[in-house]
Amino acid sequence: MSTMIETKELRFTYPADEGGQPVYALRGVDLEIEKGSFVVVLGHNGSGKSTLAKTFNAVLLPAGGKVYVEGMDTLDESLLLAIRQRVGMVFQNPDNQIVANVVEEDVAFAPENLGVPTEEIRRKVDGALAAVGMSEFVTHAPHLLSGGQKQRIAIAGVIAMEPDCIVLDEATAMLDPIGRQEVLSTVHRLNREKGITVVLITHHMNEAEEADRVIVMDDGKVVMDGPPREVFTRVDDLRAIGLTTPDTVDLLDRLRKDGWDVPLDALTVDECAAAIAKAVAGN
Amino acid sequence: MEPILQIKNLTHTYGIGTPFQRSAVEDMSFDVREGEFLGIIGHTGSGKSTLIQHLNGLLKPTGGQVLLAGKDIWAEPKKIRDVRFRVGLVFQYPEYQLFEETVYKDIAFGPTNQGKTGDELDRCVREAARLVGIRDDQMEKSPFELSGGQKRRVALAGVLAMEPEVLILDEPTAGLDPAGRENLMANIRDFHRNRRTTVILVSHSMDEIAQNVDRILVLKGAHILMSGAPAEVFARADELITAGLDVPQVTRIAMALKARGVDIDPAVYTVAELERQLLALRKGGAAC
Amino acid sequence: MLKDITLGQYFPGTTLAHKLDPRTKILLVVLYIIALFCAKGLLTYAIMALCLAVCVRISKVGLKALVRGLKPVLFIILFTGILNLFFTPGDRYILEWGFLRISDTGLRNAVFMVVRIMLLIMGTFLMTYTTSPISLTDGLERLLNGLKRFRVPVHELAMMMSIALRFIPTLIEETDKIMSAQKARGADFESGNIVQKAKALIPILVPLFISAFRRADELATAMECRCYHGGEGRTKLHVLQYQHRDWVALGAGTVITAGVIVLGRFGL
Repeated sequence: MSTMIETKELRFTYPADEGGQPVYALRGVDLEIEKGSFVVVLGHNGSGKSTLAKTFNAVLLPAGGKVYVEGMDTLDESLLLAIRQRVGMVFQNPDNQIVANVVEEDVAFAPENLGVPTEEIRRKVDGALAAVGMSEFVTHAPHLLSGGQKQRIAIAGVIAMEPDCIVLDEATAMLDPIGRQEVLSTVHRLNREKGITVVLITHHMNEAEEADRVIVMDDGKVVMDGPPREVFTRVDDLRAIGLTTPDTVDLLDRLRKDGWDVPLDALTVDECAAAIAKAVAGN
Repeated sequence: MEPILQIKNLTHTYGIGTPFQRSAVEDMSFDVREGEFLGIIGHTGSGKSTLIQHLNGLLKPTGGQVLLAGKDIWAEPKKIRDVRFRVGLVFQYPEYQLFEETVYKDIAFGPTNQGKTGDELDRCVREAARLVGIRDDQMEKSPFELSGGQKRRVALAGVLAMEPEVLILDEPTAGLDPAGRENLMANIRDFHRNRRTTVILVSHSMDEIAQNVDRILVLKGAHILMSGAPAEVFARADELITAGLDVPQVTRIAMALKARGVDIDPAVYTVAELERQLLALRKGGAAC
Repeated sequence: MLKDITLGQYFPGTTLAHKLDPRTKILLVVLYIIALFCAKGLLTYAIMALCLAVCVRISKVGLKALVRGLKPVLFIILFTGILNLFFTPGDRYILEWGFLRISDTGLRNAVFMVVRIMLLIMGTFLMTYTTSPISLTDGLERLLNGLKRFRVPVHELAMMMSIALRFIPTLIEETDKIMSAQKARGADFESGNIVQKAKALIPILVPLFISAFRRADELATAMECRCYHGGEGRTKLHVLQYQHRDWVALGAGTVITAGVIVLGRFGL
């Protein structure tokens, strides 16, 4: 598989406020994100995960090191539009990324910017709205939609550029459980059906259960990187950096410490129950 | 003992007489006991926000009554401000209401409106700040220099400083990371325990509700769907799921275990409790 | 209170009034305003009122909604009316009471002035009611396109306007929220003299401004992420095109305006 995004020795520093210290948000991050993968980046507030996401489409430029998007250096200004068209970004606050008063006009915003001919914009807009399951809302006013629906419109606005990768920068943080589920199933479907690479930045552990890969950030560095089963079973390490484990793993961890013979990596509720039921029956 | 808050047949209808007429709260009745920790859960649109804004008189019922310590809060509409001091309401994302030059002044806004001055004002402000973990050296800073989590604490202190008899929190941990959520909830639990203040917690997160409250009120479509102690509510987990609500992950594990024939009470909602039950089961099993 | 503001509101529909090109509607409103200011007598005012009535009928926008739009400017209407009524000198005075005198021309001017302002506002509102803000700005941008040659940033102005319109409901909602939050902390917006009332606004205005700046900042980033780079090379989802009905409407508008101007000359 080819590489979607690659970072090399990536560093980023926010300049100091008056009398304050500069903030070293990223201190040497080396990552390779494969095309078509579903990657979740976890970390507590201030761990550098959002900063990392913003370097993926040149919203922030590296202060040291490099970021390559499909081989294109984000420091090369002439590639800016090409990079942003490849890597779409969805942000936290749904209200602050919707540009237009009508859903279809908003979804059309990016293709309009890219100078796509009118008939083709129509096709892209309809396709993007269908992809997020919002076709019936074409002429609605976005401010009257629910949080989850607004975020799906924002995703459609990105899909209309036909990107290879979508980065969701804490896009579920302000949503209620239903809205969060809507957004998650939408991006999972896009990943599965269209092969779009998804990078999901979050601090909700359970959003990572179905990911291909989990990257945990702490203090501007990658501290864990692997499939969810591997990362979530490192219970003590996760706790040490202020993250929690799913209750399934927590329970299994306690039972193991009580001397039970159960695996630690039964992440989902069903797997966990099956493992415990087996242990109870085996006794 | 008389309940601190009595909600009697409360109804709130928006847009009466227009085609958009819609009841956000319909014929709700319940009591809040003094000193209890009550959780309210429901989707967006279940009537939660409308309900809590009636409890401190920000909204006026279109039907029914709200009694505070036995007295209708709208008996004297001119004195509604006093109700707001007695029933403190912390809105969702309260950090967006900060406006003063310093943290101290912002926390002092509520108590100053109450008419507190001098030493009493100072005591209220400092105690509230201490309750939420704002350090003394942060008091003279601009609230806008603080981090998101700290701003939220300042906003919370701004309501605590009014020393309300009932504290209502709307999604106090929304948008915080796990450590931030746990810290803030710990502050709120301490406050409830030490002051014996009545606390009403509104949340989307069943886990958060389950771990903190004495009693849960489940709202759905402008009505009360269930009410009772967490164990009672989670014993009806199936109904919650049908209503499209979340159930704590632990409860779902217990339900799945029960379905697999493990003899367990599915109404558990903490990891520690489920662990205890499983251990007891195994001991019992081994003894046979 | 904030919900009473109807400016910029749009009632979706499929009538002829909705279907006309926004440029046509803007030009018609301009003609309408010119004609209104040339109307001098009963006949011309009657023609203008009739035109408006026909348009309202076509648009199927209820007269009630139109009248409601007058509410926020009621004060201005009354003020101009009273000013004209009492302070126009004339040959004959109908009523004299102390220093207050009403002349016949005063009465006439006052009535016409009030009618003129009301017609003016209702006409413009009819346009905003039947045209979505986005096509309105689109129409303006296209009409003013020629000014680009004189370095007028037409695209930027139109973009700013459409974003402003997009954020009006968001900011109104936010204002309501902040007001409730401050009321919950005992803020009092109702009592006190004017200075106290102005001071009471600080706890609303400060958070509102901060939030507006934050939103602007985030929106700018989001727009850049969607490849926004100014008006150059931009295409449109909906391209405006004049139809037959637009030419007919513009033709009729021009004829009526010309007629009113001529009749106005004769003081009719």
